[in-house]
Amino acid sequence: MNATAFLFTAVVGIAVLTPANGLHAAAGDGRQPVPQAQGRPADDIEILPVHGSIYMLAGAGANIAVSAGKDGVLIVDSGTAPMSDKVLAAIQRLQRQLEWKEPPVDRHWGAETRGTLQSSLNPIAPPKPIRYIVNTSADADHTGGNEKLAKAGKTFTGGNVAGDISDAGQGASILAYENVLAAMSKQTNGKPASPENSWPTDTFFGPQMKLSHFFNGDGIQIIHISSAHTDGDTIVHFRNSDVIATGDLFVTTTYPVIDVERGGTINGVIDGLNRILDLVIPEFRMEGGTMIVPGHGRLCDGGDLAYYRDMVTIIRDRIEAMVKKGMTLEQVKAAKPSADYDPRWGATSGAWTTDKFIEAAYKTLQPKTPAAKATTTKKKS
Amino acid sequence: MPSEDYVKSLHHRGHGGQEAGTSLRGLLPPRPQCPPWRRVLFVAVFLTGLISPIRAQQYPEGMAAPARGVDLSGEWTPVREEDNTGNTELGDWVGIPMNEAARLRAMAWVASIQTLPEWQCRPHAVSYISRGPSQLRISKEVDPVSRDVTAWHMEWLRSIDKPVYMDGRPHPSENAPHTWGGFSTGEWIGDMLKITTTHIKEEYLKRDGVFHSDKIKVNQYLIRRGNYLTYILVEHDPVYLTEPLIRSTEYVLEPHQNIPPYPCNVVEEVDRPKGVVPHNMPGTAQYIEDVKDFANRYGIPWDVVTAGAANMYPEIQDKIKAAQRPK
Repeated sequence: MNATAFLFTAVVGIAVLTPANGLHAAAGDGRQPVPQAQGRPADDIEILPVHGSIYMLAGAGANIAVSAGKDGVLIVDSGTAPMSDKVLAAIQRLQRQLEWKEPPVDRHWGAETRGTLQSSLNPIAPPKPIRYIVNTSADADHTGGNEKLAKAGKTFTGGNVAGDISDAGQGASILAYENVLAAMSKQTNGKPASPENSWPTDTFFGPQMKLSHFFNGDGIQIIHISSAHTDGDTIVHFRNSDVIATGDLFVTTTYPVIDVERGGTINGVIDGLNRILDLVIPEFRMEGGTMIVPGHGRLCDGGDLAYYRDMVTIIRDRIEAMVKKGMTLEQVKAAKPSADYDPRWGATSGAWTTDKFIEAAYKTLQPKTPAAKATTTKKKS
Repeated sequence: MPSEDYVKSLHHRGHGGQEAGTSLRGLLPPRPQCPPWRRVLFVAVFLTGLISPIRAQQYPEGMAAPARGVDLSGEWTPVREEDNTGNTELGDWVGIPMNEAARLRAMAWVASIQTLPEWQCRPHAVSYISRGPSQLRISKEVDPVSRDVTAWHMEWLRSIDKPVYMDGRPHPSENAPHTWGGFSTGEWIGDMLKITTTHIKEEYLKRDGVFHSDKIKVNQYLIRRGNYLTYILVEHDPVYLTEPLIRSTEYVLEPHQNIPPYPCNVVEEVDRPKGVVPHNMPGTAQYIEDVKDFANRYGIPWDVVTAGAANMYPEIQDKIKAAQRPK
């Protein structure tokens, strides 16, 4: 009897002796659904704790990273417009849960001069306002909730600002790279791409913007990644909580979405992924530590991001080699440069297919014409 | 209870130690025969099952209660045998029900990728660690009130602590992070512990570029027979496997074992430009020829090595024999 035969005979022996179970369940049960987290309707927003003050909201279109605490709320992206009521409700639900986590009354001192019963009658204060919204791009599934969520929020102002700008305190501030404002306010037939009330209120055009103060204990760094998913991408680094919200620069659902019309390139995506990896410090062997909220899909860490970077780089290298050989787009598609990754990341239908990804990569890997080179040089200077 | 046909089909497919390719065994170099003690052990397993209802009555009333299942805790060391050699050869894909995408990915794989900083200190994930082979420690968490075992912890050398929750908690949502060890829950099927693991990071099934995806689900079965422990993995990956991959490892109790620490620091192993990810480009000699090393060495036709699930079945032997017949 060899080892394999022995093993299975032994297993069968045990299965026979333990009725109503055994290997029949064993080999087939991987196809049974595993019990999932309970208590959330399918169309509701899921709240996932990440690290420190940061939470991830899933189910509103794009993922939303939330910093919630006594300073109020800062969100990275706002989901789609139709989901904004649910997003607001989820944020308030989160805030109530955080309030309950705090002991409402300190009973350990001062009883000679004050009672605690009064303040225990209803210890839950109203939720603190949403104060900042950061948009990682101009995409509708990242900015659609801006209008409603900003309106529900508040900007604290004073001094000259409050005097000079009458509506400065109305609604939350919306922060983004300047190209996001340009894209959202772009007029077509006299109509802007997005409603005016959803436009960024504060933009930057340098490599980064830092919130000028800690927020819920975090220093917040908004870093521009040039020419990646679009020409207006940012990632947001919560430095104390050690969480990075990436927007659509990194997703776990598809190949990277490269919006060529709006300045996206595959090399920009790879540079951006490597930039994030530079910021990542794993807790344990590329697991945990710096956590990553992707634009779409599940919560990740540096290990997941490295796999994604590897995959995009390998496919880029193949397409680039084909471009150098002078192959046409159709020839490149026929060569299937992403075949080994398609079952995981590819799609033949939907908004972002494998063909579209290959096409975007191919277009943005074309040798630059002298005119394009001149423009790039001018921009850099 | 399993149907006879089903069990037979498992046997014929050579499940258990498929890295060695059971169907091909007769054509590979001879290996040591199974020692007779295993037959004795099988009888012992049988008897253990038979006497378990009696065992439950051995405790004086009110003095003690029998545990659910059996105690798995202890220091376990792998039994090195034909199905668990720890060696992997480039292009050895027999016994792996891998699809075309998995094969293409393995052809593009180059070991140098593991010199990247993001790769250097990774542990083997749950789907591979027992093929190391690595020593295993199993410990248990006990609820001090109920005295129930609420979790088993499986910890391998060079790897991660994998808790197996026994307290009925559900698996996390699909938006939760994935880890090298995954998220595991356990249930007793008689004296066999069935473990269901989800939320596993993408990782290799073999260290020659055969990968599973992060969509994998792994069921494991722990069967203790005295000082021996059988660990069976049934791996379902909808991305890279066309059928479940079933592998097994034997352990023996080793009370003197202490799994040493395994610290790891990332260093600059290779001086290369930033952003380079090593891989074999399609069309190169490495991509086309190097992966044929295993097939060439053992005289196995390339279309057998690349046959995916088909090379788990005995019919594949006809192809090999035909190829090896003198022309």
